[in-house]
Amino acid sequence: MKLMNKFWIVLKHTYWTRFKSKSFIITTAIFLVFILGLANIQSIIGLFDNEDEQDIVAVVDQTDEIYDMLSQNFAQTDNNISLELFDGTVEDAEEAVKSGEYVGVLSIQSSKDNLPVASYHTSQLSNTRIQSQLENHLQQIKVALATNQAGIDQSVLESIYAPIEFDTVAIENESGGEAKTEEELNGARGLVYVMLFLLYFAVLTYGNMIAMDIANEKSSRVMEILISSSSPVSQMFAKIIGIALLGLTQIGLFLIVGFIMIQQKQDELVGGFFEFFGLSEISVATFIYAIVFFLLGYLLYATLSAMLGSLVSRMEEVNQLMMPVILLIVVAFMLAMFGISVPESSVMTVTSFIPFFTPMVMFLRVGMLDVPIWEVGLSIAIMIATIAFLAFIGARVYRGGVLMYGRGASLKDFKQAMKLSKKE
Amino acid sequence: MTLKLEQVTKKFGDFTAVDQLSLEIPEKQIFGFLGANGAGKTTTFRMILGLMDATQGKVTWNGNSIDYGNSNDIGYLPEERGLYPKLKVREQLIYLGRLRGMHKKDIVPALEEWLERFKVPDYIDKKVEELSKGNQQKIQFISAVIHKPKLLILDEPFSGLDPVNVEMMLKAVEDLKEAGTSIVFSSHQMEVVEDLCEHLCIMQHGKPIVHGKLTEIKRSFGKKNLFIHADFDLDFLTDISGVVSQKKTPEGCKLQIENEEISQKVFAAIQDKGFVRRFELEEPSLNDIFIEKAGEAYE
Repeated sequence: MKLMNKFWIVLKHTYWTRFKSKSFIITTAIFLVFILGLANIQSIIGLFDNEDEQDIVAVVDQTDEIYDMLSQNFAQTDNNISLELFDGTVEDAEEAVKSGEYVGVLSIQSSKDNLPVASYHTSQLSNTRIQSQLENHLQQIKVALATNQAGIDQSVLESIYAPIEFDTVAIENESGGEAKTEEELNGARGLVYVMLFLLYFAVLTYGNMIAMDIANEKSSRVMEILISSSSPVSQMFAKIIGIALLGLTQIGLFLIVGFIMIQQKQDELVGGFFEFFGLSEISVATFIYAIVFFLLGYLLYATLSAMLGSLVSRMEEVNQLMMPVILLIVVAFMLAMFGISVPESSVMTVTSFIPFFTPMVMFLRVGMLDVPIWEVGLSIAIMIATIAFLAFIGARVYRGGVLMYGRGASLKDFKQAMKLSKKE
Repeated sequence: MTLKLEQVTKKFGDFTAVDQLSLEIPEKQIFGFLGANGAGKTTTFRMILGLMDATQGKVTWNGNSIDYGNSNDIGYLPEERGLYPKLKVREQLIYLGRLRGMHKKDIVPALEEWLERFKVPDYIDKKVEELSKGNQQKIQFISAVIHKPKLLILDEPFSGLDPVNVEMMLKAVEDLKEAGTSIVFSSHQMEVVEDLCEHLCIMQHGKPIVHGKLTEIKRSFGKKNLFIHADFDLDFLTDISGVVSQKKTPEGCKLQIENEEISQKVFAAIQDKGFVRRFELEEPSLNDIFIEKAGEAYE
């Protein structure tokens, strides 16, 4: 009861001092601004892009027929380019460009096959938007003219260019379960992406925060007072959970703001996000797996970070010691990224049982394949065992490590810390 | 309310930091724990606090071992001062006080009272890193005593303090003793130890080489100090048997003699030599005892 009480005191302290800290408020604010900006990207671009100002291109047409077709074509599409037939030579038009009247000159001639040939003269070579639009429209006109000359009917042309009908059909497998449908796969893929980034972000940010917090208490030597008043194990877990709650607060904020934005912008391009990732097609089980793997993954890496944090005695050494953790999560991330297109490969199967990779790789497999329940259970059991093992070792290292103030941190220190905490 | 160490030994590999140490510290006692650097004092404190386990022997408080079940009764001022540099004094003490089982509503009044006593009431909303070293130490001291511990361990509480602050803290320690706290403290300032504790021990390589009541330690030490201020040369006094050493002072010399009787021989020897302004026989100081006992190790 008493111990539980102290656990809560440490947890609350960890949460609130971090929550009130400037760095936390600033990072959260920057991220929120970033999300808001991303959601409103179209309006922001619109702000800089003056809609009223049209780029006028002078057209010197020596064929006498292309200009009409081209301007009809342009009228049908929505763009900021307007065409103007220029009465005079290309040289005259170029003079007009120099004086700022036009952005460029489009000169259209007729080839010997009676097909259009064009050149675009401009002083703004870097602005490829106008060139490519002109080129696209002229291409369409050329195709239409050429097919017409060859005597091919328009409907024949359409059928040539129509996309092939291609379906992927799931075959029922022997156990009676169905292979995942295409929609489910897309959904899972989307969720895997979200999960990969969240876990990556969480481990890097909050893992580091835990290690920093502990190293800070060690370097300021307040640790000796702390561990003389409450047990190191309960302190370590109070820290891990306190920072987990802080992380959930932060990620929760991002998700809520992001969700509201997406709701409001449903009709705009950003609204297509859900459809693109197909998040609406995901089964409940996959969502539950996502949460379970996320929490277990966080706990695993957090325990590891806490253990490493208790080994250093100065803040500057934290980053050095966190390197292996960061490498592990990067490897897991790369594996999962690679595995998204080949979830069935044996590399994926094997690595999904390695606890440091499980949260990403096994989740990917669960989402994209029909993994037997025992495999999932086994991987979760291995993870829990690893967490328990790390917690056990971590608590001992923590207990001994906090009394050590050596230079640097090495395997030797690790052994020393274990020794210091030995019960005899 | 007795702290008991029975045959406590702590080994780090082949190195014995504390060797078969037995102590008993009753209620309302201030126990001085002396020793050269590296003699095993801090290790002993850590074992008392339960931060480390003894290799052999046991530490008990009222017959129970010290663990997180009774850590609320214990106060600790570590040698390496430790506070959160970025936290304000108020937040800091609320956190540390609550970790010692206090309620928030009791902490603030107690804190204000202590700050008032140490004449720094304005520091309550200052960050620790903004305070001077001596003032940080006052805060550290408050964090060790705010929960009214029954056992208080002070590792070098007076180092780095000016004489006014030492006096202020001494008074606080004495008041705590009167209130019934058992206090163990280590210090290199012998005058302070002499003022404060009736019982002490001097550690040497993990073993107590001197242990007991201050007055008895002094008596059993035997040797006395003899101060002589005179106008003439006193070098010849070293020839008298029973004079252990002579140390010149600006106005004369300080002799260490084997026992009281020798002083009479010295007195007879200088009687007719000239003008003597001072002739005084003194008990040995703790400093003398410490230097002789702990100094032997360096020879």
